[in-house]
Amino acid sequence: MSNSYIGKSIPRMESFEKVTGIAKYVHDMALPGMLYAKILTSPHAHARIVSIDKSEAEKLPGVKAVLVGSELPYKLGLYLIDKDILAKGKVRYQGEAVAAVAAESEEIARRAIELIKVEYEPLTPVFDPVEAIQEDAPLVHEDLGSYDYMKGVFNPIAGTNIANHFKLRKGDVEKGFKDSYRIFENEYTMPQVNHVPLETHAVIAEWTKSGRINIYTSAQSPFAVRNLMSIAFKIPHSKIHVRVPYVGGGFGGKAGIHLEPLAACLSKKAGGRPVKIVASREEEFNTIPSRQGLTARIKTGVSEEGRVLAQEIVYYWDAGAYADYGVNIGRASGYSGAGPYEIENVKLDSYTIYTNHPFGTAYRGFGHVEFFWAIERQMDIIARELGIDPYEFRMKNLLKPGSITITGEKIRENTGRVDKCLKTVVEAIEWGEQKTEEEKQEEFKKGKVTGKGFAVLHKAPAMPTFTSCSAIIKFNEDGSVNVVVSGVDYGQGTYTALAQIAAEVLKMPIEKVHMVWECDTDTGPYDWQTVASRFTFMGGNAIIKAAHDAIDQMKEVASAVLRAPKDELEIGNEKIYVKHNPDEFLTYREVAMGYTYPNGNSIGGPIIGRGKYIAQGLTNLDPETGQGLPALDWTYGAHAVEIEVDVRTGELELKKVVSAFDVGKVVNKLLCEGQVVGGVVQGIGTSLYEGFVYTPDGRLLTNSFTDYKIPTSKDIPDVVEPLFVETPQLDGPFGARGVAEHPMISVHAAIGNAIYNAIGVDIMELPITSERIWRAIKEKERRDQRAKTLKG
Amino acid sequence: MGREELLKKEITVTVNGETFTKSVSCNKTLLSFLRDDLYLTGTKEGCGEGECGACTVIMDGKPVNSCLVLAVEAGGHEILTIEGLSRNGELHPIQEAFIRHQGIQCGFCTPGMIMSAKALLDRNPHPTEEEIKDAISGNLCRCTGYKPIINAVKDVAERGEKR
Ligand code: FES
Ligand code: FES
Repeated sequence: MSNSYIGKSIPRMESFEKVTGIAKYVHDMALPGMLYAKILTSPHAHARIVSIDKSEAEKLPGVKAVLVGSELPYKLGLYLIDKDILAKGKVRYQGEAVAAVAAESEEIARRAIELIKVEYEPLTPVFDPVEAIQEDAPLVHEDLGSYDYMKGVFNPIAGTNIANHFKLRKGDVEKGFKDSYRIFENEYTMPQVNHVPLETHAVIAEWTKSGRINIYTSAQSPFAVRNLMSIAFKIPHSKIHVRVPYVGGGFGGKAGIHLEPLAACLSKKAGGRPVKIVASREEEFNTIPSRQGLTARIKTGVSEEGRVLAQEIVYYWDAGAYADYGVNIGRASGYSGAGPYEIENVKLDSYTIYTNHPFGTAYRGFGHVEFFWAIERQMDIIARELGIDPYEFRMKNLLKPGSITITGEKIRENTGRVDKCLKTVVEAIEWGEQKTEEEKQEEFKKGKVTGKGFAVLHKAPAMPTFTSCSAIIKFNEDGSVNVVVSGVDYGQGTYTALAQIAAEVLKMPIEKVHMVWECDTDTGPYDWQTVASRFTFMGGNAIIKAAHDAIDQMKEVASAVLRAPKDELEIGNEKIYVKHNPDEFLTYREVAMGYTYPNGNSIGGPIIGRGKYIAQGLTNLDPETGQGLPALDWTYGAHAVEIEVDVRTGELELKKVVSAFDVGKVVNKLLCEGQVVGGVVQGIGTSLYEGFVYTPDGRLLTNSFTDYKIPTSKDIPDVVEPLFVETPQLDGPFGARGVAEHPMISVHAAIGNAIYNAIGVDIMELPITSERIWRAIKEKERRDQRAKTLKG
Repeated sequence: MGREELLKKEITVTVNGETFTKSVSCNKTLLSFLRDDLYLTGTKEGCGEGECGACTVIMDGKPVNSCLVLAVEAGGHEILTIEGLSRNGELHPIQEAFIRHQGIQCGFCTPGMIMSAKALLDRNPHPTEEEIKDAISGNLCRCTGYKPIINAVKDVAERGEKR
């Protein structure tokens, strides 16, 4: 029975629950006596709250609690404690929660909200991150200097809008530029986008009179919710109970903490009755955080042969009004922000900047989707200008075993191979001979022009150096097991992969491995957060250890019963047997709860395996140079695309996307492919359609599905082909690495590069709408015309 | 209270083969009636505005966004929800195909998606790929990238399994 589950395509184990509607999400739950809450949001992007009158709302029959910010003396935050539960003193973005009501019904709560009167005095807002770091910019957080934050990791600058300044210095860029044959400087931008989980954020909380807080929430990280609430409310961890049932998509947007504290405070005020808050779709766009925007400036120096000698990068993150989580995006994008390239001289500054936009948080890719737009467009532009094939150019510069990363980490044989990923996808689209000028002209005349492009990517889990997790494997009376972990499976399929790993190590049928679905901080083992594509890696390692622990306990019992030394025992087919005499055995079932001899004597006891895993060898980075070891493992990848552009309308058709990732080991092909196809299509959304649009005074216009379009079934390419490279990660479970976020990264750059390949225009801003392409074509025609006239 | 009583109306509606007579407020949606009054929470709400399809149910053979239909409008009609699709614990061929192809990730769009697919296959047992894409174009899915869903529907059509 060796390797019978690893590599198998097994459908999600909760499939039946999901196709029948049995699976219960927080949306579907109700508790006895439950109240419903609604939120009043700010109409202004930046304004002082002069007064709030809630007396009318409180008088409305059925209203049980009305809360405003001044009643809540708490501050919250993951890395930087900058958030209020409800706005206090001033509002910092349009859509920010200002007051909340809990009432007998949603209808009453809604009416009560309308009765709350708030007087505002508008303040000057700031929206552009580059403007926001100018000397005289209005401050979003005047008190930044007094906020608590994770010391030694982050660097907020008091008296400015800079929530974090991450610095990286490697080699000597000035010298690198001096030695360069040519230097390229460009700016790239990307707007904020929303995660759009189909299930909006939902929570039910009760703050009982006995001082306990019980919560059901659609969160990715139950222990983070508990920890942050414990810190904010100064309540012991053991008095906070967080449970997470099925979650309808997260993509990072449900990491950290969101509506839980507000629901708890409303409950407390309502005398302990449970309170449910379900974000409306508008609130999901406008009140709950989204992904940060980015303006990237890159200056690259290259040698004549096409080696990148120096790169100076500045990332200006539009963090929006709060940056409690956002600061770590700026940091993660700093230490990996030059892409998977070996560059001797790098100067990188990544500024997480407060603005008066809705704020940003983790979103699949964690900064990498954003900066790779810049890096991978830049690489293509340079290659073209040097007259070198962009594939050859990348191959000259990509990290390989022996290379040193920008933080000083040495790449090893088992780190993963980005070059192999790139080669794989480039071959799949048959990159090679380019069209001649005549052929291009011919196509142009016909109105439809085809093009090809590609881009690489990398990402490591972005997490604190001390990130840990644990797993419990409990044997049941019949010899089956319950596996308890506290990372959440909100659709990625991780639980199925973990069950495969458990079944593999325990050498038992997967049907007998039950993953305990609801996460529960009272009874489940600790896990930091379900983010950063780290759950299969760390959770998998913890489960392997838990399984070995359980096996060891069973062998202990079997050794006594079978009168054989432990090391001569083996397991297989749900039995513990003597290696040289397999007929001498005990079944798992016989030892699961303790073994009983024929005369009634019993030994052993219930078998409970424990396993844990803590990130190994990670270091805090040097505050001045960014040098150190930030990465547990790197997953590399590449995408290649084939497109067709209608030159009359600017319409773009994506014909084919081929993607390859070095996942170390494919644990479950069906689910891995699902992650890739889903991630690529989400990446297409970011590439072509999505982006927040505001009025000049900062009101979000794209706050519904009417105005914010995500890909539908009609927007997907004919072919999406997932491919895998397997360079085993020596410390990964069966050699595996995470691949949840990566499929979304760099899709846009591959498309942008293909557009240049097709029609010779450079798109520098996302999303690549038809209008943007059309305008670029017109602009190019004007330029070409002018050049002709000048020549003539 | 009295005013609210006035705004109530009694309806008789058949849901998954069972007939219910209930008094509902005139502004209650069919979605809320199914979820809050009948506890059929398999039908989901993703937007409440007719833009996401998570609330799709079949009314008299046609797919509708139940968040846009008032409960009183459903009076006298026949409704099929995800809960009514499998019989005696046996899955409908579409449900089985969704599992085989893993047209499911988080599962939140799944009930609505399956109901749209069912309505399509009932009226057109052998749809082209374009027809499949059209039929589910009002159902948003953020997780799967649609490919496995389309493949699942194609597969059912090819196998010609019906129920
Ligand atoms: S909930 Fe009905 S369409 Fe979105
Ligand atoms: S499976 Fe999550 S939205 Fe479709």
